[in-house]
Amino acid sequence: MANIIMFCILAVVILGSAVMCVTTKRIMRAATFLLFVLFGIAGIYFLLDYTFLGAAQISVYAGGITMLYIFAIQLVSKRTLQGLVERLKGSRVVVGALATLAGLVTVVAVLLKNQFINAALGTSDTEVPMEQIGKALVGSGKYEYVLPFEFISLFLLACIVGGIMMARKEEEK
Amino acid sequence: MFDFSIVTSFVDNLLRQTLGLGDFWTILIECVLVGLGILVGYALLAIVLIFMERKVCAYFQCRIGPMRVGPWGIFQVFADVLKMLIKEIFAIDKADLLLYYVAPFLVIIASVGTFSFLPWNKGMSVLDFNVGIFMITAISSIGVVGIFMAGWGSNNKYSVVSAMRGAVQMISYEMSLGLCLICAVILTGTMQMSGIVDAQTGPWKWLIFQSPTAIIAFLVFLVSGNAEANRGPFDLAEAESELTAGYHTEYSGMGFGFYYLAEYLNLFVISGLASAVFLGGWAPVNIGLDAFDHVMNLIPGIFWFLGKSFLVVWILMWVRWTFPRLRIDQILKLEWKYLMPLMLLVLILTTAWVALV
Repeated sequence: MANIIMFCILAVVILGSAVMCVTTKRIMRAATFLLFVLFGIAGIYFLLDYTFLGAAQISVYAGGITMLYIFAIQLVSKRTLQGLVERLKGSRVVVGALATLAGLVTVVAVLLKNQFINAALGTSDTEVPMEQIGKALVGSGKYEYVLPFEFISLFLLACIVGGIMMARKEEEK
Repeated sequence: MFDFSIVTSFVDNLLRQTLGLGDFWTILIECVLVGLGILVGYALLAIVLIFMERKVCAYFQCRIGPMRVGPWGIFQVFADVLKMLIKEIFAIDKADLLLYYVAPFLVIIASVGTFSFLPWNKGMSVLDFNVGIFMITAISSIGVVGIFMAGWGSNNKYSVVSAMRGAVQMISYEMSLGLCLICAVILTGTMQMSGIVDAQTGPWKWLIFQSPTAIIAFLVFLVSGNAEANRGPFDLAEAESELTAGYHTEYSGMGFGFYYLAEYLNLFVISGLASAVFLGGWAPVNIGLDAFDHVMNLIPGIFWFLGKSFLVVWILMWVRWTFPRLRIDQILKLEWKYLMPLMLLVLILTTAWVALV
C-alpha cells in the first residue's frame, strides 16, 4: 500500500510539473519544472530500489543537465527567451496525437509480449549491491560493459576538448 | 561498544508486538519519528554552530563576542531567531516570485538531505544506502540550483552576479570533493557510510593512518569542502564589500534564515563527512593497548563522532577568520590548475597503494 501511495504522489508531481514545464511562458520557470520532473523520476527509481540509478539521475540530470540549461539561458540575452509562445496548427496536433498513439501501442505491445510485468513481480525488492554494478560496468566478460564504458568516456573527452577549442580565444599576433 | 540499534529495535518491537500495528503503520510512525529527530538535531546543531561561530570569531579577533543576552551571551542566538521571525516578509517587484519562494527550500532540502546521511553511532545512521557516498554528492548538487534560482528570482543584478559566482565555485569544487571521496572508497572498499566507518574501527585503522595518500585526500577535502559550503576564504558569493550580501540580499525573515541555517549546517555536514570518512566517524581512539582501548570503547560512539566533527568545524572556523578572501579567478585557478590535477594524481597513487600494499 505504501508503494502505491508513494507512486501516486510521484506520478502527480511528475505529470503536473511536466504540463507546467511546457505551458509556462517564462524560460527559468520551465527549467525549474523540468528539474521537478527529473526529481520525480529519481523518486520512482528509489521506489523500485534502484538506488544507484536514482543517485545517478539526481547527480547527472538535476545537478548537471539542469545547471547546464540554466547557464545556457544566462548566456543569451534576457529578452530573446522571454514570453515565447507557439501557436499549434490543426495538422500538427493530429500528427502529434498519432505519434503519441504509436508510442503507446509500441510500449504496450513490448510490455505484453515480453512479460516484463510478470518477471518484475516475480523478483523480490532487493537493492543490487554496488560491487556487482561496478564489476558489470568495467568487466569484460559476458553481460559486462567495459567497451561502451570506454567508448563513452573517450567520446566525452573529445567533447570537452572540442568545447575548450571553441571557447578559447586565439591571442592576437 | 554502545550500539544504538538496541533503541531502534525496542521502538520497532513496541510498535509491532506490544501495540500490534501492521507493517504500514509501523513504518509510517517510525519514519515520522526519525524525520522529527533529524529536524530537531538539525535545529539544535544550528544553534550551537551559530553561537560557536560568533564566539570563535570574536576570540580570533581579540574580542569577547556577545555577552549581554544571558550568562556569557548564550541566549544570543535565540534573540537573533526571534528577531528574524518577526521581520516583515516582502515580495520583490517585477521578479519571478515562484522561483523566489522555491529557492530557499531547495537549499534547505539539499542541506537536510546530506545531513541525514551522517553516521552518528553504531546502528544509528538514518539513510544508509549502499551507494551512500555517491548519493551525498548527488544531493548536495541540488543546493547549487537553489542558489542560482535565488539570484535569478531576486531581480537584482548583484544577486545574479553572486549566484553565478556561487554556482561556478560549487560546481568546480564538487570535482575535487568527489575525487577525495573516491580515494576513500578505494581504500575502504565500500560506498556505504556504515561500511566505511566499520572499515576504520580498530587500532590505527583510521583512514588517515592507513595510507599516506589518504592524508593528502583529507587536506584537499577540507579545502574543497570549505569552498563547497561557500565559507572561509572562499565566501565570495557574499562578498559584502562588492555585492551587498550576495544571492540572499533580497530575502527577509525566514527566507534569509534558511540560507543562514543551510550555511552553518553545510559546514557541519562537511566536517561530519570528513570525520566519518577520514577520521573514523564513531570509531574510538584505539592504539593497540588492551586496557586503554577498552576504556575508550566505553565512551559511546556519538560522542566520538561529535567530538571529531566539532574539531574539524573549529579548524574550518579558524581558517575562515584567519585567511583573507580570494578573488574569483584565484579560486577557479586553485581548483582547476592545482587541486583537481593533484587529486587525479592522488587517485592513481591510491589505486597503486591498494594494489601493491
